Amino acid sequence: MRYLPLSEADRGAMLAKIGVGGIDELFADIPSDKLLKGLIGDLPRAKGELEVERLLGRMAAKNVAAGSVPFFVGAGAYKHHVPATVDHVIQRSEFLTSYTPYQPEIAQGTLQYLFEFQTQVALLTGMEVANASMYDGSTGTAEAVLMAHRVTRRRKAVLSGGLHPHYRAVVETVSGMAGDAVTALPPDVRAAEDLAAAIDGETSCLVVQTPDVYGNLRDLTPLAAACEAKGVLLIAVFTEATALGAITSPGQMGADIVVGEGQSIGNGLNFGGPYVGLFACKQKYLRQMPGRLCGETVDAEGKRGFVLTLSTREQHIRRDKATSNICTNSGLCCLAFTIHLALLGEAGLRRVAAICHANAVQLADQLAGVKGVKVLNETFFNEFTLELPGDAAAIVEKLAARGVLAGVPVSRLEPGHPELANLLLVASTEVNTDEDRASFVAALKEVL
Amino acid sequence: MTTLYTKDHEYLSIDGDTATVGITDYAQNSLGDVVFVELPAVGKQLTKGGDAAVVESVKAASDVYAPISGEVVAVNDKLPDAPGTINEDPAGAGWFFKIRIKDKAELDGLMDEAAYQAFVAELG
Amino acid sequence: MLNNQGRPTQAGEAGAATHNTFTGNRGLQIEEALLFEVGRAETTGVDFPAPPAVKSRLGGLARDAAIGLVGLSEPETMRHYVRLSQKNYGIDSGLFPLGSCTMKHNPRLNEKMARLPGFGDVHPLQPLSTVKGALELMEELGRWLKVLTGMPAVALSTKAGAHGELCGMMAIKAAIAARGEQDTRTVVLVPDSAHGTNPATAALIGFTIKTVPARADGTVDPAAVAALTGPDTAAIMLTNPNTCGLFEKDVVAIAEAVHAAGGYFYCDGANFNAIVGKARPGELGVDAMHINLHKTFSTPHGGGGPGAGPVVLSERLAAFAPVPYTVVTADGVRLVEDAAENGSFGRITAFHGQMGMYVRALSFMLSHGADGLRQASEDAVLNANYIRAGLSDLMSQPFGDRACMHEVLFDDSWLKDTGVTTLDFAKAMIDEGYHPMTMYFPLVVHGAMLIEPTESESKASLDLFIMTLRDLAFAAKRGDSERFSGAPYLAPRRRLDETRAARAPVLRWTPPKPLSLAAE
Repeated sequence: MRYLPLSEADRGAMLAKIGVGGIDELFADIPSDKLLKGLIGDLPRAKGELEVERLLGRMAAKNVAAGSVPFFVGAGAYKHHVPATVDHVIQRSEFLTSYTPYQPEIAQGTLQYLFEFQTQVALLTGMEVANASMYDGSTGTAEAVLMAHRVTRRRKAVLSGGLHPHYRAVVETVSGMAGDAVTALPPDVRAAEDLAAAIDGETSCLVVQTPDVYGNLRDLTPLAAACEAKGVLLIAVFTEATALGAITSPGQMGADIVVGEGQSIGNGLNFGGPYVGLFACKQKYLRQMPGRLCGETVDAEGKRGFVLTLSTREQHIRRDKATSNICTNSGLCCLAFTIHLALLGEAGLRRVAAICHANAVQLADQLAGVKGVKVLNETFFNEFTLELPGDAAAIVEKLAARGVLAGVPVSRLEPGHPELANLLLVASTEVNTDEDRASFVAALKEVL
Repeated sequence: MTTLYTKDHEYLSIDGDTATVGITDYAQNSLGDVVFVELPAVGKQLTKGGDAAVVESVKAASDVYAPISGEVVAVNDKLPDAPGTINEDPAGAGWFFKIRIKDKAELDGLMDEAAYQAFVAELG
Repeated sequence: MLNNQGRPTQAGEAGAATHNTFTGNRGLQIEEALLFEVGRAETTGVDFPAPPAVKSRLGGLARDAAIGLVGLSEPETMRHYVRLSQKNYGIDSGLFPLGSCTMKHNPRLNEKMARLPGFGDVHPLQPLSTVKGALELMEELGRWLKVLTGMPAVALSTKAGAHGELCGMMAIKAAIAARGEQDTRTVVLVPDSAHGTNPATAALIGFTIKTVPARADGTVDPAAVAALTGPDTAAIMLTNPNTCGLFEKDVVAIAEAVHAAGGYFYCDGANFNAIVGKARPGELGVDAMHINLHKTFSTPHGGGGPGAGPVVLSERLAAFAPVPYTVVTADGVRLVEDAAENGSFGRITAFHGQMGMYVRALSFMLSHGADGLRQASEDAVLNANYIRAGLSDLMSQPFGDRACMHEVLFDDSWLKDTGVTTLDFAKAMIDEGYHPMTMYFPLVVHGAMLIEPTESESKASLDLFIMTLRDLAFAAKRGDSERFSGAPYLAPRRRLDETRAARAPVLRWTPPKPLSLAAE
């Protein structure tokens, strides 16, 4: 077996040195009637690299890759161009095969990029501090709610109807299990809900997504004031990090905690994961923050260096009183994020965001020209909601058969809401071309 | 003024009906460099054995339990900004809070200086 | 004409070993400033054409303030990150004996497979008709996990080991609620040697923790468990093999004691890599167990993630599994996404979990085959015991010199009176070119040093490692304290001041003050 360096002769010599007659003597603590011998179920034997590649290659070939078709699917994960440099660097052994930086003297590479990542996230979100990542945007949102409960010592979250339904579901699952209350407002396609009226003196936090899952941009400023008046924390959520290059940051609008999905910078679609959760907050809530934090310090010679810090918040010290049970996070996805953002810089991010927006505007205008099709949004960044003259899921399947991946039917995210069945979420990024848009419009005309 | 000790390595300096509470030299030594301290609010009613304060070093976090019941009448405001004081002078400038003794009988179970030193010696 | 001077080809007189360089660099060890110190606001390493002119739909929310980011050209980017990478130690750098973390070889085939466009470039919400191969892969990975663990069901979507624990404990909580006992079964038993995520997880969803002390041999006593169980028992969370590197030999009796009290057995599968192909948790009474794909099945640790922690479930818990999950139908593999469809306790992440990790793990499994996976477990255990045999005369073991599983645990009693601590010893290993072992964990062992070599090491590599540790041990015992007290001397950084970092946290770069302000 190519991954195992020991030869049979080595194994024999080592057993002799240990002083046992056979390998199973080392497994003597396993009850003898439970010790497995022979084949394990119907699992196959070892395979060479070529064989494995063939097998997995066949499975992969059954999927339609985003890059191979006109592609407009979003709703929490976005197809962007990731520069070749990013994937090259994250595959350097010293990054790929290292562990959580518990030995800072030989992990400054990881620690420094985490410090840079935290800085980038804080700047993007307009917040004072950011952590070294969560698993993804949805789990990060659930953590933000728990954090707000710790800060406010209240236990009720209010969720906007514009929050991604999967994010809502994750918050509901965690809150339900923890015995905390959740008030989730009904799906709010047109950003018309009155959130200020939904909070009261028992509310710990108000969770609002912008751009929301239907694509609408939401001005958080008045909500921040309403929250402050009632001692409620405003948690701002985003699922498309690129938007922060074009829109006012949640921090500028007064959010207390900002949490979101970082996938669209540096990371591929990967059928849903791994992704990278971004998490930032006001400095005064630092001690209640979940997740790892990297901080600056000096070494014994006075040279600048970085360490994981404030770890007394974490499970390995606090155990059952920790701020979160999170341990492993999304290290390598942070690295991809931070490299991509370093390559983009201020100028590049703002340009790519402007292109996303312009492409989406062009697409929306063209689709609105198709008979029976309506764009529901007043405002949007790169994703909007279409009202179709029939069941969106069925239309999406027909479009897929014509080689266009058109978007996400709202019914897939909100099953059990027949009034939403004709709605389709459509996203556009810098990868879309004039030809892509023309194909979409033409195919849509065909199937309607 | 007498000083009494708990098995959780807290001391109480008794002055009339108030007690000044902090952690002992042994405790600060086992914690290492203290980096953070969270004190109760003045006016808070503490119950013996309940959470009163939190003290953290780089590697350890420790809850400080109320050694006796009573109302917090003062806290050491300087500590949060200079937690190192707890290492430098635990019995003096590193005090945590003052509590108004509710029930003097609760003092009965505590150790005096000699008993505490013997207790620490046994821990090795 | 022949140049008879040429260049010298011998080393010549050795000069002083070190001197201060102008740059602060030391040969290949190059100091690297922060991104924000080398980057510039106007620079970008990505070329895009100007966006087409359109009427903005951003309403009043267009960004009007600068973000404050900086950019680098592509060559600068490469140099920045390559230099940073050179300050890191990875498995490919050398032996990485970090106990309980399982730092084994990461085959590059797995990286290649995960990047196939059919896996890496598919969206989780594409029409399911366009992702049949991806669903097939999930189902196949699940099948391997179920067969290897002897468990009937699996929940794949968890994002890491601790998230897997949360998922498993949620399934248990849901099962208890379905029995109508949610108000009475509230206690979770956790051995004192457990990883911190166990109590943190149980507490997160409202359970109360009761600690089970270990007995003198480092394992859990079923009688001690039985004594703590009662009508309030929700579950036990037991790591097996445990964090001391020992197989819980009474695991079946422990499971029976918990089951007899009406509770569930959550097994922390962090150390499953020691027993793959040797024993099946399903036959040991386990109700739920997470499997760290990034440990047992070698998806790369990536400097702290991403991980993946699929949870296998017993028949009693299977119905409560979170969405989404795959089921096999006559038409192929189907993805169940709606929690309302059955008794699922809900959703724990936005999409379908860590597909990128699934591909890598399945690639690892297919490469090894069932026979190779068993051999890998045996080699991991053999290697750990070989290190034990090579060091047991010099270093003390908390539970005596007995066979261990995939990791060997030493304590610090052998360092008594040397003035050298576990930390010092670990840092001296850095100077010798090794990553230190896990130190001070498990917490129940004083000055713990937990060494896990994994199956990826050759005998020659282990021999050198053993000799190195023996040399260090002799040095400690003969009082060569300088080699330890200031170590590491040769790493990119000396010991870092963690107190300073924690007392006044600096968690992001901030621009230096202009001189006019700094002077005030």
